[in-house]
Amino acid sequence: MTKVIVHSLYMTQRNLMNLLRQPAWIFISLVQPVVWLLLYGQLFRRIVEIPGFGAGSYIDFLTPGVVVMTALFSAGWSGMSIMDDIRRGVVDRFLVAPTNRGSVIWGRLIEFSLTAVVQSTIIIVLGFIIGAQFPGGFPGLLVLVVAAILLGVGIGALSNAIAILSRREETMVAASNFVLLPLTFLSSVFMSQALMPDWMQAIARYNPVNWAVVSGREALTANPDWGVVWPRMLALVGFVMLCGWLAVRAFRMYQRSI
Amino acid sequence: MDSAIEARTLVKTYKGGVRALDGVSLSAASGTVFGLLGPNGAGKSTIVKILTTLSRPDSGEAWVAGINVVRDPGKVRRVIGVVAQNSGLDVNATGRENLILQGRLYGMRGPAMRRRADELLERLGVADAANRIVRTYSGGMKRKLDVAVGLMQKPKVLFLDEPTTGLDPEARVDMWAEVSRLAGQEGLTILLTTHYLEEADHLAQRLAIVDKGRVVAEGTPDELKGELRGDTITMLLEERSLDGLVHRILKNMPSVREVAVEDKTVRARADVGASALPIMLAALEAEGVRVASVTVSRPSLDDVYLRYAGRAFSEADQELKK
Repeated sequence: MTKVIVHSLYMTQRNLMNLLRQPAWIFISLVQPVVWLLLYGQLFRRIVEIPGFGAGSYIDFLTPGVVVMTALFSAGWSGMSIMDDIRRGVVDRFLVAPTNRGSVIWGRLIEFSLTAVVQSTIIIVLGFIIGAQFPGGFPGLLVLVVAAILLGVGIGALSNAIAILSRREETMVAASNFVLLPLTFLSSVFMSQALMPDWMQAIARYNPVNWAVVSGREALTANPDWGVVWPRMLALVGFVMLCGWLAVRAFRMYQRSI
Repeated sequence: MDSAIEARTLVKTYKGGVRALDGVSLSAASGTVFGLLGPNGAGKSTIVKILTTLSRPDSGEAWVAGINVVRDPGKVRRVIGVVAQNSGLDVNATGRENLILQGRLYGMRGPAMRRRADELLERLGVADAANRIVRTYSGGMKRKLDVAVGLMQKPKVLFLDEPTTGLDPEARVDMWAEVSRLAGQEGLTILLTTHYLEEADHLAQRLAIVDKGRVVAEGTPDELKGELRGDTITMLLEERSLDGLVHRILKNMPSVREVAVEDKTVRARADVGASALPIMLAALEAEGVRVASVTVSRPSLDDVYLRYAGRAFSEADQELKK
C-alpha cells in the first residue's frame, strides 16, 4: 500500500520536472490564460448589458470561466506526454522494474491536480489585478480551484486513456480539437447559460466543464446557493472516478498488448 | 539448476496472427555472456520481452535466476537489469536523475544510492555529462547511460537488446569493451541480442541463432563454426546465372558442397579450398560463365547462419526490412 503512494510521488516528481524543463509549455500555459482574460474580457465587456445575463461585471464572470478552461485545455493535451513515454520505451523501462503498476497512472493524475492548482492560482491573482471581484471570498475560491482540479484530473485521465489506446498523435490532435473547444462553448465559460439556445442549455447540463464553471461561479457569489454547487461537485467526483477507471483499464490493455 | 536463463518451448503469437516465437528453447549458464543472433524481426526482442516479464508467452515456460517469469514476475524484476533496444531514458532529465529514479524504483535510497549512481557514471565514462539533460547526449553516450541505468540495482542477469545498433564504429568498439568488462563480474549473466555476426562472435561464450521465431542452432561460436568442415568459397559472377546453370555445374563436383547461388553471388564449401578452386573455375569457364572475383575463407558465423537458416544473413535482414 505504501509502495503505490511512494512510487506515485516519484512519478509525479519526474513528470513535473519534465514539464518545468519545457520552456515552451510554461510560456504557453502562462500566456494563454492572460490572452483569454484580457482579450475576451475586453471583447465581450458589454455582454453583461444584455438583459437577463445575470452578472454585473464581465471580468467577474469570466475569471472563473478561464480558470476552468485552462484546466480543461492543459489536461486535454496531457495524453501527448504519456504517448511520448511509451514511444521512447520509458514506460516499458518502468514495467521491467518492480514499479508499482498503478503509479504510472496515479503519478499523472497527481501531476494534473498540482498543475491545476498552480494555474488556477495564477489566473485568480491576474483576474484580481485587472479588477475581478470575488464576493464569495476564500471558500468560494477554494470551491473553484477544487472544481478545476477535478475537471483537470478527469479530462487528463481521459486524454491519457485515449493516448494509450490509440498511440497515434494524429488521433490525439483530432480528438482534442474535436472535444475541447465544443466542450468550452457548450458551457457557460464565456456566455451566461440563461442566454444560450435551449438545445445548448440541454447539452450543457451534462457537460462536466459546465459543472465546474457553474459551481465555481456560484460559490463565488455573495450568497451562494449551495444546492447548485454540491450536486455538480459530486457529479465531477463521479466523472473523475469514471475517467480514472478508464485510464487504468487502458494501461492494463497496453501491458497485455506488449 | 546452474543456468541463469532457461526457456522451454516458448510460443508467442501477436494480434493479427503474427507468430513471433514458434517454440524457442534455450539455456544460459550463470556468469556467462549468451548471445541471441538473428536478423531483424527474427523474434529476439520477443524473447527478451518474455524473459523480462514485459510480455507473457502463449505457452512454454521460462526461468530467470531460477525464478519462473510467468508465475513470479515480481521476483524476476528484482534480479534483472534491462537495456532495451528502445532506450527508455527520460530525455528531459539529467543522466544522474535517470539513475536516481531507477534506484528509487528498486527501493534504494540515501547516500548509498547516490554513491552507486556516481560510481556507474564514472565507470561508463559519462560522469562529465552527469548533470546535463539527456536530450543533449550523443548516441554513444545515451547507450552508455542506458547500460548504467540497467546496472543501477546490481542485477544478477543483464539483458542487452541490440546494444550497438545505430552506434558509430567507435562507440561500438567502446560498447564491446564495456560488455567484455562486465562479463563474469560478480557472477553477472548477460543475455545479448544482436544482428551483427561479428558482435556475437566477439562477445558471446555461447549463442543461439534465431530465425523466424525458432532457434536454428545453439553452441559456442567455435562449435558452430567447427560443424562446417573446410573452407568457404565465395565467387562474384559478372552476370546473373540463368536457370540455375551455375548451381547445376557446381553441384555435381565431388569436392564441392553446399552450393548456394543468390543473384551474382555464389557460395560453396570445399574441404581444401585451394585445390577445389581451379577445378571449379575451369568447369564454369567451359560453360561460358565468367567470374569477376573469388575469395576463399575459413568458416564464419555468416556461413553458419547460411547453413541453418538456409539463406544468407544479409539477405534475411533485407527481407524483413521490406
